[in-house]
Amino acid sequence: MINRKEIIETIDMVEKEHFDVRTITMGISLFSCIRDDAEKTATLCYDKICKKAENIVKIAGDLGNEYGVPVINKRVSITPASLLTASFSGKEIVLAKALDRAAKTVGVDFLGGYSALVHKGMTSFEESFIKSIPEALYLTERTCSSVNVGSSKSGINMDAVRLMGKIIKESAIKTADNDGLGAAKLVVFCNAVEDNPFMAGAFHGVGEAETVINVGVSGPGVVHHALKSAKGASIPELAEIIKKTAFKITRVGELMAREASKRLNASFGIVDLSLAPTPVMGDSVAHILEEMGLESVGAHGTTAALAMLNDAVKKGGVMASSSVGGLSGAFIPVSEDIGMINAAKSGAISLSKLEAMTSVCSVGIDMVAIPGDTPDTTISGIIADEMAIGMINNKTTAVRIIPVPNKKVGDGVEFGGLLGSAPIMSVSPYGCAEFINRGGRMPAPIHSNKN
Amino acid sequence: MRAIVTVIGKDKPGITASVSTALAEKNVNIEDISQTIVQGNFTMIMLCELENAKVSLLELKKELQEKGQEIGVSIHVQHEDIFNAMHKI
Repeated sequence: MINRKEIIETIDMVEKEHFDVRTITMGISLFSCIRDDAEKTATLCYDKICKKAENIVKIAGDLGNEYGVPVINKRVSITPASLLTASFSGKEIVLAKALDRAAKTVGVDFLGGYSALVHKGMTSFEESFIKSIPEALYLTERTCSSVNVGSSKSGINMDAVRLMGKIIKESAIKTADNDGLGAAKLVVFCNAVEDNPFMAGAFHGVGEAETVINVGVSGPGVVHHALKSAKGASIPELAEIIKKTAFKITRVGELMAREASKRLNASFGIVDLSLAPTPVMGDSVAHILEEMGLESVGAHGTTAALAMLNDAVKKGGVMASSSVGGLSGAFIPVSEDIGMINAAKSGAISLSKLEAMTSVCSVGIDMVAIPGDTPDTTISGIIADEMAIGMINNKTTAVRIIPVPNKKVGDGVEFGGLLGSAPIMSVSPYGCAEFINRGGRMPAPIHSNKN
Repeated sequence: MRAIVTVIGKDKPGITASVSTALAEKNVNIEDISQTIVQGNFTMIMLCELENAKVSLLELKKELQEKGQEIGVSIHVQHEDIFNAMHKI
């Protein structure tokens, strides 16, 4: 019989340490829905999503019940929408609305993939698509958008970086009544991954199968709890504990992902083991770092602690499943992590420190609120820095930043739910407009020439 | 298919009896059982075979949870695979 201690440990992980399957995300290819007419395409996309994802909510609920590990979010990701709208530029919104309706019909909380991939260059239809993003985010509730503007292979499309500074600002202004919520559903990527199950950056890559199940497992609370019992342990001992914990968490993800794909008649894609915090107490990545011995996240030593955490999580995950993918690592969104929120409020952590941290963990500057009057070129500068970190280090980096209209440093903003709350953080008062306005493509690094 | 039933709560007479009666009523076979009491806290773990059961795992879970509320203990019913996945290489 299975060991008693292990059974109790599993139950405690769920009941006391917030262990959960954070998301079951169904990726759906919508290439078969492309027509030369916006309405026809939108209708076909709606129908296909509703048919394929019809049972996702029910089956995710059943799985959670049978295994005793709750599935928090059910989501859908689609083929990057810019590829669907190529022949009806200017009418992209028709599709955006249909996607949102489909998300509501099947009952998923977010649908990702109102996206464009322009890391090397931008076609005219992609430019038109990107310009539709603020309006799309304003008119929809559950649709999420992302734009890939750089890669280690192709360099950084600085024209797209310049444009995205404006698009983020416009998205925030259009949703000013909700404190710029539109920008919270928009991610700018370098080296975007095609099988990421987490929002707002999920999309169904062009190299993916027809329908795919990707599962995101989380568990900052479980790791935190495991480290609590290791007072005085050395760094390699901590790494070992994190690795073992990550192993167990990932195995649950793999089991659930395989079962979900079987029941939903979809291919099994990947398990993404990411320590994704929520604003709930006991579900914080910042608190893991503090448990390691930092007075506050943001203190000197934070980057090193995070590097070790991220690496150990990956190693445990890779041992547990041959299908680890997505982003897999630690997330450091400010507004979604109670430890981060407190550190930002007290001034213990700054945008500069966050930027440094993103060079050693998955994703990047995430859910950071900045003053509404930040110039769009400064936002582009923040994007460019983050993209450069990703490009040079062969990793995914992202920017999800909210220039909150009419708010300034010292104010706070409340997005609610999983998106949490955040203090407005300061950005450098020095401009970078001349640099950003130069445009063109930043060449790929020397180590991209591997062929 | 096998499930692990875990009963946790304050010790008192009749817990084992009422849980195993509930299982028997649904034709669920108990293959292995272990129980301990640590500082007054009762923990019982049962390995159950549902092959010939009259109800599905989800139905059994619902019924046992109601039973647990009735007798003042918490009862978990989980597919055996979750523990194999987490704790075996």
